[in-house]
Amino acid sequence: MTMIGLEIHCQLTNLNSKLFCSCKANYREFEINENICPICIGLPGSLPRLNKEAVKKATIIAMALNCSIPEKIAFFRKNYFYPDSPKNFQITQLNIYGDTSVGGPGSIMVGDKKIRITRIQLEEDPGRLIYEGSSSKNLITLVDYNRAGTPLVEIVTEPDFETPKEVRDFLNILSDLLANLGVADPSLEGAMRADANVSIEGGKKVEIKNIGSFHDLEKAVHFEITRQESLHSRGIEIIQETRHWDDKRKITVSSRSKEEELDYRYFLEGDIPWIKINPEVQEKLKLGMPESISFKKERYISKYNIPVQVADVLSSDKFYSDLFEESHTETNAKEVSNIITTELMGLVDTREKRKASKLTAIHLKELADSIQSGKISRNSSKNALHEILKTGKDVSQIISELDLGNVSDESELSEIITQVISEEPQAVEQAKSNPQTINYLVGKVMQKTKGKADPILTLDLLKKLIGIL
Amino acid sequence: MNLKISALDFIQEVKNGNISAEDFVANTIERIQSVDDKLHAFLYVNEKAIEQAHEVDKKVKSGGKVGSCFGMPISIKDNICIKDTKTTCASKMLEDFVASYDATVITKLKEQDAIFVGKVNLDEFAMGLTTEFSAFGPSKNPWNNEYVPGGSSGGSAVSVSAFECVASLGSDTGGSVRNPASFCSTVGYKPTYGLISRYGLISYANSIEQIGPLTRTVKDTAFMLNMISGIDPNDNTTIDDKNEDYLSEIDSGIEGKKIGIIKEMIGGGIDPAVLSATNNAISKLESLGATCEEVSLDMVKYSVAAYYTITATEAGSNLARYDNLRYGYDFPVEGYEFNSYISKARRNFGPEVKRRMIIGGFVPSAGHAGKYFLKALKVKSKLTKEINDAFKKFDLLITPTVPILPFKIGEKIDDPVSLFLVDINTVTANLTGKPAISIPFDNSNGLPIGIQLMANSMHDKLLLQAAHALEQTVTLPEIPI
Repeated sequence: MTMIGLEIHCQLTNLNSKLFCSCKANYREFEINENICPICIGLPGSLPRLNKEAVKKATIIAMALNCSIPEKIAFFRKNYFYPDSPKNFQITQLNIYGDTSVGGPGSIMVGDKKIRITRIQLEEDPGRLIYEGSSSKNLITLVDYNRAGTPLVEIVTEPDFETPKEVRDFLNILSDLLANLGVADPSLEGAMRADANVSIEGGKKVEIKNIGSFHDLEKAVHFEITRQESLHSRGIEIIQETRHWDDKRKITVSSRSKEEELDYRYFLEGDIPWIKINPEVQEKLKLGMPESISFKKERYISKYNIPVQVADVLSSDKFYSDLFEESHTETNAKEVSNIITTELMGLVDTREKRKASKLTAIHLKELADSIQSGKISRNSSKNALHEILKTGKDVSQIISELDLGNVSDESELSEIITQVISEEPQAVEQAKSNPQTINYLVGKVMQKTKGKADPILTLDLLKKLIGIL
Repeated sequence: MNLKISALDFIQEVKNGNISAEDFVANTIERIQSVDDKLHAFLYVNEKAIEQAHEVDKKVKSGGKVGSCFGMPISIKDNICIKDTKTTCASKMLEDFVASYDATVITKLKEQDAIFVGKVNLDEFAMGLTTEFSAFGPSKNPWNNEYVPGGSSGGSAVSVSAFECVASLGSDTGGSVRNPASFCSTVGYKPTYGLISRYGLISYANSIEQIGPLTRTVKDTAFMLNMISGIDPNDNTTIDDKNEDYLSEIDSGIEGKKIGIIKEMIGGGIDPAVLSATNNAISKLESLGATCEEVSLDMVKYSVAAYYTITATEAGSNLARYDNLRYGYDFPVEGYEFNSYISKARRNFGPEVKRRMIIGGFVPSAGHAGKYFLKALKVKSKLTKEINDAFKKFDLLITPTVPILPFKIGEKIDDPVSLFLVDINTVTANLTGKPAISIPFDNSNGLPIGIQLMANSMHDKLLLQAAHALEQTVTLPEIPI
């Protein structure tokens, strides 16, 4: 049986500051080595100053993954030499002397399958290495410490996955969950990384490191299973080792075995006292947690009668569900959900597009209301939406500027309808005997008005002028 | 000018206008220039000290708000960061390191108008108890220049006892303030763990060490503690002492107090002169109305082994950052791969630091931790339980600070284990987090003897009151310098 386990690293990107100092957790907008201080570059004499918000956020993640929460948590030092680690040790958590990391054993459902979580720990991200030079002879390694000390949550699973597909489903659910909790923006470059352990029947466990994105993770796992199965079928032993994901060649490559021999000499970080997370604190955190994705979905279905599939996509993406929450009313909820899932999702499908979009919840509310009141047709609302994203102008302004408004002037519409009646005598006769066929005539009116005729008014007028009322 | 006055007297004299801070500091600098060639307490003398004292005088004269130190000259152990000042830890590794920020204690003292006359010598990274392990040469005991001044805060003790400053800040990981205080005949105090911020103190063994003052009198120590104690957002291990005034009620005396004499610290290996001084101190305490009784702390016999195991483990980790990549000394990286560079760069550590880092790589390592590091932690927690039990019965504990007299420079340098054992009476306070103080008590053939008192956690005020009471019974010869 194939067994796959994951170690996922997620930066708490929604925090203001780093884990142990007041430098920004959002290091991405800084020039190289501008987001640093004596603490995060480990200057002699500096001490870690724990960011309590990070502990709270990490605990919330643990709760959302149904993990046990210890009453007291502690930090440990993991000692190893690497140039991206300014202290040459990492402050992290450990459960070998009792459960003292932010989350103990837990689980999450992926479809019908329960995936067990081993533990969740809070730790600091190292700096970033930049390699320059064309050959090994003139290779230079530069270090950017802007990222050093960024709060990182490590989520470790049991080897409960059997296929790359299950891995991918889990990662989708997990990243939606983290975004919904408001702790991280998983779409940020490098905000979520993962290592995987893969083993097949009769083989040893192989660890794959250095996987930069979730997309590649699925590929790496797939490659590794294939590689191991191929070895196995030829009777070659699968050894326990660490392999690296080669991003360019899309294969896993054996790492030098040195890494496995490392002894991290873990011991308690004396500079950070134990932190109590008593039941009252836990209760308070629980109350402050946002509504879960599944509860949200249920609510959309039962309260607004939104179809299951629509409710599913709407609730799982925080960007859209936030928009929905802010823009919908008792009466327009379904219309809003429609605009979001049929139109908007296609228009802002990347992080960049979302960032560039000028759309607000007010726009969305007004657009839905305008459709419902007949000011604009559903068809024209698509054009209006494009314009809103681009310019951020008022819905009513856009309707009038681009002449997207419905033709709802009775005399103007009557004129057009009279013309259609004279052009389509056969259809008119048919409509008289079979009122359902009147839609053909409505279509003709729409053609002439380029889809802008107020549909309700058109129908009324048609019936009146044909005389089938 | 009389440079021998206490900190409190100095403040009074400046306040009264009898002396100016500038004159006093100028005379202090002159004194450093005349005696320090011989004593080698200072690694760096602050050229701007006189000018800074002049600014304080201006405030005094104009009737403006003046900080409580009134321009008092203080020396600082060279493992405490002062902004824009070299902070070397007496190591070749940090020969060119200039601190970019002030330690919390420095910020606090600056706000109170203290003047830093210079940075003083120590054993490299505070590892040692003689200053012989300073990469820049040993300091000399002012009582007899052939003898060690103790350590690791040797420069601090020498500068206070030889009147090169009024007070000094040292750091105490296993006795590093109290040991040189005892050898040089000054007061040396290690507070309850967490009472003074360690932010800006370069870590050696961070879970047990504290910054502590070295002064001429116990009252001066209480004053210094008032200046620098208290909770610090930059050090998560600090304790809120609610702005306790350690100087008020310092005269409370010790009538009715129960004092335990730690049996294991007056036993085998103790110098007869030290033993007789201790017995003398005990009778003095009794004559002041205290009752003294022996108490046994069984774990003390393992304390030095536990201490060196724990400190080596923490040192191995704390000193790992000195890979010379970000700061350090001049040694270009070109042509090296990371691992070969750091192993070359780290050759600049001295022998004692190397020794402890090697031990620190071994004792907590997989397969050995159970036998060494974890066992040491067990001793630490058992010892803490024992001493907590003792404090249920006693208000204070008494021991000689060091079981032997100061020894000659070079006498023990090649015998690290016998050096380690000199710490036997001081490490307990560090391992258990308790406050402890050494006061000058006696003199044997011109060599000082100190007595140590210990109290329960956060009973620092009581400890200082008792030390002050005992201090009042002592008359000592003048230092021959």
